[in-house]
Amino acid sequence: MLRYSLKRLISLVLSLVVASLVIFLVIEVAPGDPASFMLGINAQPDTVAALRSELGLDVPKWQRYLDWAGGMLIGDFGTSYTYRTPVSEMIADRLWVSLPLALFALTISTLVAFPAGIYAASRRGRAGDAAVMGATQLGVAIPNFWFAMMMVLVFAINLRWFSAGGFAGWDKGILAGLHSLTLPAISLALPQAAILARVMRSSLLDILGEDFMRTARAKGLSRGQALWRHGVRNALIPVLTIIGLQFSFLLAGAIIIEQVFYLPGLGRLVFQAISSRDLIVVESVVMLLVFSVITVNFVVDLAYALVDPRLRRRS
Amino acid sequence: MSLLEIDNLSLAIGGTPILNEVSLSVAPGEIVAVTGESGSGKSMTALAVMGLLPSDARASGAIDLDGADILSSTEAEMCRLRGSAVGMVFQEPMTALNPVMTIGDQVAETILVHKAMSPEAARQRAREMLDRVGLPAGRFPMSRYPHELSGGQRQRVVIAMAIALRPKLLIADEPTTALDVTTQAQILDLLKSLVADFEMGLLMITHDLAVVAHLADRIVVMRRGDVVETGETAELLAHMQHPYTKMLFQASTHKVSLPVPPAPEPLLQVRNVVRDYRLPRTRLFAPVEHFRAVNDVSFVLNRGERLGLVGESGCGKSTLTRAVLGLEPVQSGAILLDGLPVHAGGAPDISVRRKMQVVFQDPFGSFNPRHRVDRLVTEPFHLLDEPPRGAARKEAIAEALTAVGLHPDDARKYIHEFSGGQRQRIAIARALIIRPELIVFDEAVSALDVSVRAQILDLLAELCGAYDLTYLFISHDLSVVRTVTDRVLVMRAGQIVEQGDTEAVFQNPQHPYTRSLIAAAPQLPEPALAS
Repeated sequence: MLRYSLKRLISLVLSLVVASLVIFLVIEVAPGDPASFMLGINAQPDTVAALRSELGLDVPKWQRYLDWAGGMLIGDFGTSYTYRTPVSEMIADRLWVSLPLALFALTISTLVAFPAGIYAASRRGRAGDAAVMGATQLGVAIPNFWFAMMMVLVFAINLRWFSAGGFAGWDKGILAGLHSLTLPAISLALPQAAILARVMRSSLLDILGEDFMRTARAKGLSRGQALWRHGVRNALIPVLTIIGLQFSFLLAGAIIIEQVFYLPGLGRLVFQAISSRDLIVVESVVMLLVFSVITVNFVVDLAYALVDPRLRRRS
Repeated sequence: MSLLEIDNLSLAIGGTPILNEVSLSVAPGEIVAVTGESGSGKSMTALAVMGLLPSDARASGAIDLDGADILSSTEAEMCRLRGSAVGMVFQEPMTALNPVMTIGDQVAETILVHKAMSPEAARQRAREMLDRVGLPAGRFPMSRYPHELSGGQRQRVVIAMAIALRPKLLIADEPTTALDVTTQAQILDLLKSLVADFEMGLLMITHDLAVVAHLADRIVVMRRGDVVETGETAELLAHMQHPYTKMLFQASTHKVSLPVPPAPEPLLQVRNVVRDYRLPRTRLFAPVEHFRAVNDVSFVLNRGERLGLVGESGCGKSTLTRAVLGLEPVQSGAILLDGLPVHAGGAPDISVRRKMQVVFQDPFGSFNPRHRVDRLVTEPFHLLDEPPRGAARKEAIAEALTAVGLHPDDARKYIHEFSGGQRQRIAIARALIIRPELIVFDEAVSALDVSVRAQILDLLAELCGAYDLTYLFISHDLSVVRTVTDRVLVMRAGQIVEQGDTEAVFQNPQHPYTRSLIAAAPQLPEPALAS
């Protein structure tokens, strides 16, 4: 198990190095000079040159990569071209919204999807299965921004249970913060839960057809006991993969929902940074997302080994 | 007083009749074997006793298990009986255990689910049971996972699970079919001793008549849902009444006569072949270790000769087969067909490859279900520079299908329209169609029922006469190899330990391993052969 974890950890570090190189190169070759963009088309060449040197754009590329990558290691992400504030501060502020939101949404989606998928699989071909499958079909089909607006209409405008948008901040307490993230989290969780429930169902159905499920029944376990004791854990492996993918998506892919609810999240930050050629912000946020994806994969790999003894070899 | 009494059991699944007034009984300490070919309903009879029939099954008649009326029991009552009054062992030990649970927990679960003992006592009993089935604590601690055990060892765990609560009846559904002969002999011995020790009744489901003859006190022969004959083993073997029983026994010892092979002239030459596989590193910077699957193997297959290759699973016969087919490179040595290497420059040599064809074991998995038979049998044409087209192609298809006993019109059908035996005929037609010099039969009759197997063996003998076939016949089934080959190679742990004329090797085996193989293979007793 230790050896397995160590191997995964080494591959995590290597992936991060490769990813940082790729991100740096891709963004460097993209057209558009930040300095001339910031000064407008009528700027004097020497003004542009002065700004370039101030932004540190005039040193060789390899040196800029090393400065950037080395800085990130100690938490220094550089200074935003547009806002002239440390990028790390900008990211940290947004991360305090995006990370809880993603975790919140993932929790909701898992809590809904697991029981729904297990229930549907245990009632395969019957009315309960059809109902769950129909609901997940809807969940995948409904655009989540539309669903978000409907929820604002019902729960914020009519019932006044939640605010229609904005983020209260964490200084007023965890509950107040979670309260303002509830509607966005539900909107984000809806399609994820639908997909996850379907994966859970089909994975469990595969397992239910396995020989060892019949063995379990022959020992005297009831249908339900066999399902819970032998089925669910074996069915988790593909489900974990999907959860890992969903978390990474939720962290960065919430841009539309952030827009609908006026949330200051990472998605909006990237969008604004791209439109103003704030390359250093884009690079840093993308790197952060890559970091989170790779870390989540690492955690998922460890979870596999916990679930499946075949992956941890006896030493 | 019987332990299990099945009385006029009829069964239909989704309206299709499966069993027709089946009656049989098992007494305490008695071994009753139910035998028959696939589709005879023997497994369904077992599942009916367990109350594990599919949900759309409708049963009538009566099953009495030690006073309990199975057919009218509720699901909760059945759960109480399963595992405590009746235990079951299944065919496929590789998949019968939960891969993410330790063997100790799985054995103890049988006890715990019936709340028969405290958890500590249950683990204690599980340990005793594992010891009893031949998995001592030293080598097989309870914390082992199924993937750390071999097939035979896993089957022992399944047996330990089934007998943990000392059930009065044990049902074993083809418990040794997936195992090697030597392992099979050990598992059969174990079952026999358990029956004697625990005074259990054993209902044994098997297609293998030789196993039946040695193990059972009584035999029940089934065909298409009917019991056609039943009796004490010795009595039934000596005086078979029903023609189906006679046919079954004759087919399982079916012998064919091969034409005399021509004068020796080497076709396939295998010289000092070594095939290594890389093992995963044990440490990050540890040197890569290798597993030698084929170790310095040499043999010659002459033109027109039928060569057998026998050995148990893991002995390297599949690896050797792949190497002969040129599918994998070898680390040293040479494999020459007609004097040319089969594998050159990292790929099979196509001009050599077209002289070889192969027929695999699984008649259900080895065809693309979306293609028609004409397309399936002409697949080897891609090896030819100028494959026949139009009328010539049609003629080739018709000829190949006719040669294997099918009709040319079958060319337009899909594979699902054929039975297992017919599919294997199609596989042979596919191999024959480009008139290869060598055909490799890789366990080609192992998945077939005995009567179908006998027909396919007859077909092979016929084709040997008509086409001067040269083949390499790989099988774990010694009786089949004995009748369809001229010479035989015995393989063990990557090496050929004995080779020689088939009859000579079988009658007078030299190597101890060959002797143990032949001794372990169950054989039908003489009176059965005589009738």
